[in-house]
Amino acid sequence: MSTRRVVGPFNRVEGDLEITLDIADGKVAAAYVNSPLYRGFEQILQGKVPADALVLVPRICGICSVAQSAASALALADALDIEPPNNGRLAANLTLATENLADHLTHFYLFFMPDFARADYAGRRWHGAAVERFRATVGSAPNQVLPARARFMQMMGLLAGKWPHTLAVQPGGSTRPLQSSEVFRLHRTLREFREFLETVTFGARLEEVAAIDSRAALDAWRGKGGGDLRTFLAIAEDLDLWHLGRGTDRFMSYGCYREEDRRLFPAGLWHGAAEPLDIAAIGEDITHAWYAAAGLPQHPASGSTLPVAEKEGAYSWCKAPRLAGQVVETGALARQVVAGHPLARDMIEGYGASVAARVVARLLELALVLPAMERWLGQVVPGEPWCIAAPVADETSGVGLIEAARGSLGHWITVRRGRIHNYQIIAPTTWNFSPRDAAGQPGALEQALAGLPASATELLPPAIHHVVRSFDPCMVCTVH
Amino acid sequence: MNLLWLQSGGCGGCTLSWLGSEHGSLFRELKDEGIELLWHPSVSEAGVDEARDLIEQCADGRTTVDVLCIEGSLLRGPRGTGGFHRFGGGAQPMIDWVRRIAARAQHVVAIGSCSSWGGITAAGINPTDACGLQYDGEASGGLLGPDFRDPTGLPVINVAGCPPHPDWITETLAALAHGRLRAEHLDDYGRPRFFADQLVHHGCPRNEYYEFKASAAKHSDQGCLMEQLGCKGTQAHADCNQRLWNGEGSCLRGGFACISCTDPGFEEPGHPFTTTPKVAGIPIGLPADMPKAWFIALAALSKSATPARVRENAHADHLLRAPSVKRTKR
Repeated sequence: MSTRRVVGPFNRVEGDLEITLDIADGKVAAAYVNSPLYRGFEQILQGKVPADALVLVPRICGICSVAQSAASALALADALDIEPPNNGRLAANLTLATENLADHLTHFYLFFMPDFARADYAGRRWHGAAVERFRATVGSAPNQVLPARARFMQMMGLLAGKWPHTLAVQPGGSTRPLQSSEVFRLHRTLREFREFLETVTFGARLEEVAAIDSRAALDAWRGKGGGDLRTFLAIAEDLDLWHLGRGTDRFMSYGCYREEDRRLFPAGLWHGAAEPLDIAAIGEDITHAWYAAAGLPQHPASGSTLPVAEKEGAYSWCKAPRLAGQVVETGALARQVVAGHPLARDMIEGYGASVAARVVARLLELALVLPAMERWLGQVVPGEPWCIAAPVADETSGVGLIEAARGSLGHWITVRRGRIHNYQIIAPTTWNFSPRDAAGQPGALEQALAGLPASATELLPPAIHHVVRSFDPCMVCTVH
Repeated sequence: MNLLWLQSGGCGGCTLSWLGSEHGSLFRELKDEGIELLWHPSVSEAGVDEARDLIEQCADGRTTVDVLCIEGSLLRGPRGTGGFHRFGGGAQPMIDWVRRIAARAQHVVAIGSCSSWGGITAAGINPTDACGLQYDGEASGGLLGPDFRDPTGLPVINVAGCPPHPDWITETLAALAHGRLRAEHLDDYGRPRFFADQLVHHGCPRNEYYEFKASAAKHSDQGCLMEQLGCKGTQAHADCNQRLWNGEGSCLRGGFACISCTDPGFEEPGHPFTTTPKVAGIPIGLPADMPKAWFIALAALSKSATPARVRENAHADHLLRAPSVKRTKR
């Protein structure tokens, strides 16, 4: 006999999240993840001119704003069959990377780590230090990180005018040509952020962190210095966060950051071994979501979004995207596993994905991407073109696939008579926090929560908070 | 002064903009101004049961709320139920919580254009019947009604913008904390005058191009964005080019149009956002307070007076001609 418990609002996630837990024998027998906010961007976009999407879609999400812009710009570029000039491509990489890295930093310091300062952990040998360092709003870390983050976001002031919600990211490139003095200032900002990460977060050179190639090497590295990552690793070992929160262990990445001849992180699928990623095999199942449509899962290129107030068996505004019918996990860990980073691959050997692996993968990306940003900035050539004018097409369609901080983000647009006929979006957390599908298959978080200790009456155990936040959910993107 | 911040039908971007405040740590700044966060969904420690307890206490008066900040549109749909947004963990829609707490709070502040007027969430067919706290687009009303006043006599304070500049939020809250915000400090739309009495045009670095109507033809051009690319900076109420964003930025400095995001109804301009609507070649949206005949006359005159330097640079993405250097006569 199980007891049902509805928990929410989950805070320190982006947007609204509620989870229903069926609890039996002191454990979660089943979890049902609900996104209780619907705004209807896909309906709002219908009938607009295609370029208006660039104003509307960043406003889906205040934390993944540039990622939404970038996916839309790619979809429009695909629809118009254009490619930005080199400077435009580099600017797109730099804006997306700035947002993604800032998001990783925000997640670690403001959303995730404060849970270890909670009274639940009083008595652990590290608790006093965690309170001093990570306690929400008053700890030394959040107060040190906010100014560093704001300083880093000055990248956006020069590259994109402002953040969030820029129009600088266009299908034909960037609206913001950089002159050499501005490139100089951007280099300076990157240097300051590198120094912050190397002294505060890692206590090590970024290249040293990026070169860690196994769990064993990570353990050895932990003993050799300070920094907040090492503090987390000590906590993770004590609380066994390496064996908490396993999902589907099927990892997907659309790939991102276009280099001249490849992507910095390639697209792919990993399920014990590399598998080809077939975008045509994506289908969105709405059996348990409040939408009306024919029964079969729809490919987003021809998908629909028609909200219904009541529906038998529905429990979320989130659709259930599946890849060839399978649940996949997406995010920094998935991205690095697909890309073949040896530490990422080794972290999922044995147990599989875990709270610790997801958190370490995000910080690993800080160490991997910042040097790439330095390189891209060095490749910018002031005086050469930044943006090409995009012709208007009356009948066309396009797809934009990128990696946001939280994972794979896709936009599918169809244009008829010069207006948006259909616009469908699948966000990273739509994958991770999806409800069940027609086959009753739970989403990635729903799987990760099943079996965790829980009680129907006592306060929610911190482990559940860790698992939920380890995905760095963005609920406003999820449903949009 | 304590502060309760709730997020409704929005993107969370106002909070993210706020966290980008560039005056040291925002948390310390608030403390210095005497502002205590009762709860904020993105940054507070308390979650789930503790957060729900606190919200219930605020709604029934056991906890006093000095300032209620609402971020995001108020979603009245479907069919007036508010069901498009429930506050997690219970059955009540968010609009019910907002009504209850607003009725008890000492001040109510709309953070961003969504909670001010409806904003982007109200665009297109407005699928969720989104509105602002005290406005539905340009019409007074919204969720709380045109007659809403807080216990001190103030209407909802609209810190509009999509998103608002971090300083607009902090300065408004600090003025409230110090008891320095009165009705005369708000404009006709309830926006704090310290930013809303400025125009985005003030301080625009493209001013020389504007003066000569040397216009950008496409994105990444250096010219003025008003004539072709939809810029509303000469009409938009905000100090974006004086205060600057993320260090040295603003929309204009980023090379793209001001879409007048602090104004009610900006989400449905009646034309594509980045294309200037015109009648007989004249932009429909004239600069604030400018008589049309004078605008036409001055535009014609200034176009004929445009220096070659300005005309050529306007269509380039970098300086083709530098301003000439005058020798000082001996």
